[in-house]
Amino acid sequence: MKKQSYTENELAKDLENQEYKFGFVTNIESDKAPKGLNEGIIRFISAKKNEPDWLLEHRLKAFEIWKTMTEPEWAHVEYVKPDFQDITYYSAPKQTKKYESWDDVDPELKETMSKLGISMEEQQRLTGVAVDFVMDSVSVATSFKEKLKELGIIFCSFSDAVQEHPELVRKYMGSVVPMTDNFYAALNSAVFSDGSFCYIPKGVKCPMELSTYFRINEGGTGQFERTLVVADEGSYVSYLEGCTAPQRDENQLHAAVVELVALESAEIKYSTVQNWYPGDKEGKGGVYNFVTKRGICERNSKISWTQVETGSAITWKYPSCILKGDNSIGEFYSVAVTNNYQQADTGTKMIHLGKNTRSTIISKGISAGKSQNSYRGLVQIHKNADNARNFSQCDSLLMTEECGAHTFPYIECKNSTAKIEHEATTSKIGEDQIFYCLQRGISEEKAIGLIVNGYCKDVLNQLPMEFAVEAQKLLTISLEGSVG
Amino acid sequence: MKTLINIKDLHASINGKEILKGLNLEVKPGEIHAVMGPNGAGKSTLASVLAGREEYEITEGTVDFDGKDLLELSTEDRAREGLFLAFQYPVEIPGVSNVNFLRTALNEIREYNGQEQISAKDFMALVREKSTLVELDSKLASRSVNEGFSGGEKKRNEIFQMAMLQPKLAILDETDSGLDIDALRIVANGVNKLKTPENGAIVITHYQRLLDYIVPDFVHVLYDGKIVKSGSKELALELEEKGYDWIKEELEKAH
Repeated sequence: MKKQSYTENELAKDLENQEYKFGFVTNIESDKAPKGLNEGIIRFISAKKNEPDWLLEHRLKAFEIWKTMTEPEWAHVEYVKPDFQDITYYSAPKQTKKYESWDDVDPELKETMSKLGISMEEQQRLTGVAVDFVMDSVSVATSFKEKLKELGIIFCSFSDAVQEHPELVRKYMGSVVPMTDNFYAALNSAVFSDGSFCYIPKGVKCPMELSTYFRINEGGTGQFERTLVVADEGSYVSYLEGCTAPQRDENQLHAAVVELVALESAEIKYSTVQNWYPGDKEGKGGVYNFVTKRGICERNSKISWTQVETGSAITWKYPSCILKGDNSIGEFYSVAVTNNYQQADTGTKMIHLGKNTRSTIISKGISAGKSQNSYRGLVQIHKNADNARNFSQCDSLLMTEECGAHTFPYIECKNSTAKIEHEATTSKIGEDQIFYCLQRGISEEKAIGLIVNGYCKDVLNQLPMEFAVEAQKLLTISLEGSVG
Repeated sequence: MKTLINIKDLHASINGKEILKGLNLEVKPGEIHAVMGPNGAGKSTLASVLAGREEYEITEGTVDFDGKDLLELSTEDRAREGLFLAFQYPVEIPGVSNVNFLRTALNEIREYNGQEQISAKDFMALVREKSTLVELDSKLASRSVNEGFSGGEKKRNEIFQMAMLQPKLAILDETDSGLDIDALRIVANGVNKLKTPENGAIVITHYQRLLDYIVPDFVHVLYDGKIVKSGSKELALELEEKGYDWIKEELEKAH
């Protein structure tokens, strides 16, 4: 039987006692924790989610560690640090905003989605308009779930996984990104709200792209998401995260943790399109996206990260691979676009531990407006990693005079048999290229779209077909009117 | 008879320096005009100004293009109205396939002219037809725009694009420069085959050589920003034989 270690009433009592001390508002809604972070809040979150003791202990331990840590400052970004006592760490899963009818939906939002080529049905789903298609969508999701179930694939919310597959969660959670890893990973470990869990059994090739699209119990995307993907021996999965539609979210701070485990001979392909609110043209508002993503590769396995990042005011993100097993492969393909006052510090870490391990890094940064775009990467070859190979290519494209592109490649090599190649270029979008397009009758907007998509082709080619088409349009939209 | 393009007293400068100093030129449908002249005469400036490069400032003059005020049109609208420039130095666009580039261009032109988008099938048929015309390897059509092309391939690709977009007026800016004799023949053949009673061309060249293959109706000498002499094909031969100095002397005598 599940034990309620800490009830809401107890929490309420605690909070009453602490009210003065923490300045809490007196009226506590039952589905929402008051602002601030303390042990009581963590117990509340855990109790709300009906979690087993071990998980509560895990959270509390992470919280203790977090308290001893300071926010990292090495990234090439400037921002006002969040006030961690001014954040609400738990609210019951929000329903996406429901509109009474399609006519009520913000026309600007509709226009952007049309430009992205998102189907009417999906547009309505994304905006949460309750119409007939719901039946259809449920049936699609149901047949989808049945198919996965037949194959023994588990794909559910993190909370459900904690209840239904605690042994798997307990075994793998924190095995790739320990709570001590960094400030935001520790914070996430203490207060994570929900996220996704995926397990592919031995030898199973997941026949379809797993996307959060099909997770019907999805509420609003959480502030502190936690994702865990485990591919058992010889299995394969392609996982899609995010979507190209504009993500409007009230939460300013997002600190997610994603862990991938590729067991022997398994392969995980993880694709992300990130389009959180980037702030307005003057740089006001926008999401702080501080994400820790990492995968571990056992023998003969492969992890491939592909990301298209166009959103958020501040991005701080380094999807990494620990190439632990011999012959394992890590790949990182990234397009990061910054416009107006956006700042991105993104890249990857390839940690070569095993023999004959190989890694490829292709990073394409595009800066426009007054934005700052940095690539930061680490290639580390450990002493036992005989014949390790790395190829890195980091290209930066500048759209204006006022933006910045920076590259911070770190290479640490402790094995003389390693081969490491690094190529980097910085170029300004060619006025000659644009003029050439104009002279052929192509509008400037389309010209930029063509040139930028051509520039990013090596990365876009890695995305699943449908996602790639949307991502191409997204790039064009993100850079509208940005050449200076 | 109507005019395709009528350039009157055109003055243009760049960074405050006047390059075109009162240029007049009229091209009627079905005509090929060669514009020749020594280095620095303003040949490439003429091409750039007509195409709409922003660096140049037009200080005087008018350009009527098929009944429209060309100088009032944006670069892309000039192209959509049917003005095509074959670049002296075609630009590389990595990662963008030739066919994708041309389909975008063609559809933009069609949209401007109130026509429907071309279907993928018709488009590919057109690609096959036109690439044969300029003896362009169909593999080049699917490669990135000009990326890794040889000099000759780039120029042939310009003519291929011209064939695809079917402009009213084509301006060939030193298309012959850097071409070996075979490539020159192919490029010229392309231009000749594309000639119709409705369209016209301005062939800008330094050497007479190209005119062995493209027979112009008129030859003009551009010197110090003006057309100083016009004549038939024979004028080109005379220039080839005597160089440009005699024109200079003739002009000085006249003053």
